[in-house]
Amino acid sequence: MIDLSLFQQYGPALLRGLGMTIFCWLVGTVFAMALGFVMALVQRSVKAWPVQWLLRAYVEFIRGTPFLVQLFVLYYGGPMLGLRLDALPAGLLGLTIYGSPYFAEIFRAGLNAVPVGQIEAARAMGFPPGAIMRRVMIPVMLVSALPALVNFSIILTKETVILSMITVPEIMFETQTMMAETFAFAEATLVLALFFWIFVEAISRIGRRLERRATHYLLERS
Amino acid sequence: MALTTTTNAASARLENVSKFYGEFQALKDVSLAIPPGKVTCLIGPSGSGKSTLLRCINFLEEYDRGGIWIDDRLIGYDAVGGRKMAPGRLREMRRDIGMVFQQFNLWPHMTALQNVAEGLERVKRLPRAQAQRIAAEALAKVGLGDKTGNHPSRLSGGQQQRVAIARAIAMQPRIMLFDEPTSALDPELVGEVLAVMKQLAAEGMTMVVVTHEMGFAAHVADRVAFMERGELVAAGTPAEIFGNPADARVRAFLQSYNDRNAFDVKAG
Repeated sequence: MIDLSLFQQYGPALLRGLGMTIFCWLVGTVFAMALGFVMALVQRSVKAWPVQWLLRAYVEFIRGTPFLVQLFVLYYGGPMLGLRLDALPAGLLGLTIYGSPYFAEIFRAGLNAVPVGQIEAARAMGFPPGAIMRRVMIPVMLVSALPALVNFSIILTKETVILSMITVPEIMFETQTMMAETFAFAEATLVLALFFWIFVEAISRIGRRLERRATHYLLERS
Repeated sequence: MALTTTTNAASARLENVSKFYGEFQALKDVSLAIPPGKVTCLIGPSGSGKSTLLRCINFLEEYDRGGIWIDDRLIGYDAVGGRKMAPGRLREMRRDIGMVFQQFNLWPHMTALQNVAEGLERVKRLPRAQAQRIAAEALAKVGLGDKTGNHPSRLSGGQQQRVAIARAIAMQPRIMLFDEPTSALDPELVGEVLAVMKQLAAEGMTMVVVTHEMGFAAHVADRVAFMERGELVAAGTPAEIFGNPADARVRAFLQSYNDRNAFDVKAG
C-alpha cells in the first residue's frame, strides 16, 4: 500500500527538489536558447570558414555525445583543465552547453525561412539591422520555429534529472535519497512521474498560447 | 501635410553601371539620366537586367563599376577612394528612396496601419501616435482608409500592393522605384494599382518603373528605356520608343508584345 505518512517526513525535501528542478530547467533553457540564438546569428553573418567550421564541429560534437558524458567531462574532468565548478553551476552550464546546438539549429532554420523580400523591404527603407531583427525577422521566424522550440524545451525538462548524477539536489536526487532511506519505491517514483507530467503539461499549454499569439494573424477571420 | 504633393523630387544619374555575377555580366555600362519629377519606365524582355538595374539605384543590388548618383550624391560607395559606403550613410540615403516590390513584401504579422507606421517609428523615430496618424493618412490616400486594421492575409493582391505604396510614400521619399509592381496581380486588380501610380506621377514624384505594362509606359511615362541582355538599347520619349523605334531589337520586342495582346478575331 501507498504510505502517505512518508511525505510528512520527506515532503519538504521533495518540494525543495521540485523547486530546484524548475530552477535548473528555466535557467538552462533560457541560457541555452540565448546561446543557440547567438550561434545562429554568427552562423548567418560571419562567413569566415574557421568560424563556420568551429560552430559546425561544436554542434556535431554536442549532438553526438550523451548529456551524462558531457556533464561528467565538465564536472569531473573540468578541474584537471583548471575549471573547478560546484555541482549547481556545473549543472546549469552543462544544460546550457547541451541545449545550445539544438536551439541553434532551430533558429538557423527559422531565420532562413524568413522570406528575403520582407527583409529587403526593411533594408530598402533604411531600417537599422537591430530593428530588422526585432521587428521583422524574429516575429516571422517564431511562426515556424515556436513548435520546435517548445518541443525541445520539453525534452530539456527531462534531461534535468541527469544533474542528480553530479549531486545537484533536484527532484530526482531527493527521490533517490528517499528511496535509499525508506525503500518506498512506489511512493517516491509516483511523485516523480506525476510531477514531470504536470510540469510538461504546463509548459505545453504555455507553448500553445505563445503559438496562438505568434500566428494570430494567420488565423483571424474577417 | 506634405503627403499630398512632392515638392523636392530628386533626380538620379547612372553612369557606366556594370554588374557581374561571377563571369556573367548582368549589366553592361548602362548610362541613364532620370529627370526629377518625371516617370521613367524600364522595359524589355525577362532577364534583360531591368530589375537588377533598378535595385542598384538603392544599392539593394551592389553594382561593381560605374556610378549612381541621387541628386549629386553617389550611392553605395564613398565618392573619394571608392570604398564601400558606411552602413549608416547608406541607410540615410535610402530614406529618400521608396521602393515597391513585385511581391509586395508586406510584413505579415502587422496590420496595414502598422506596416505603414513601422518605418516612421524605426527609421524616422516618430512617436507612435504621430506615426500612426501619418500612416492612416497614407492609407487613405491609396484608397484603403477602411482597411487599416487588416493584416495582409486579409487583403487582396491589389490592396496589398497599395499598402506597400502607402508604406513607401509615408516616408516622404524623393524618388520611388517600382519593381514590376503589377506582375504578381490578377489582371482585374492591375488597374487599381496603376491608378495610384498615375496619381503619384501627377503630383510630381520622381518614379522609375520596371514594367511589362506597355499601356502604362506609353501613357504615363515621360521617358522610356529599353534594355536587353544587360544593355541599355534605346531611351527616349514614349513616342520615340513606341511610335517608330529606330532599333530593330525594340521593334521585335514590341511586335511580339502586340501579337500577344492583339484582339484580332481568328478568321474563318
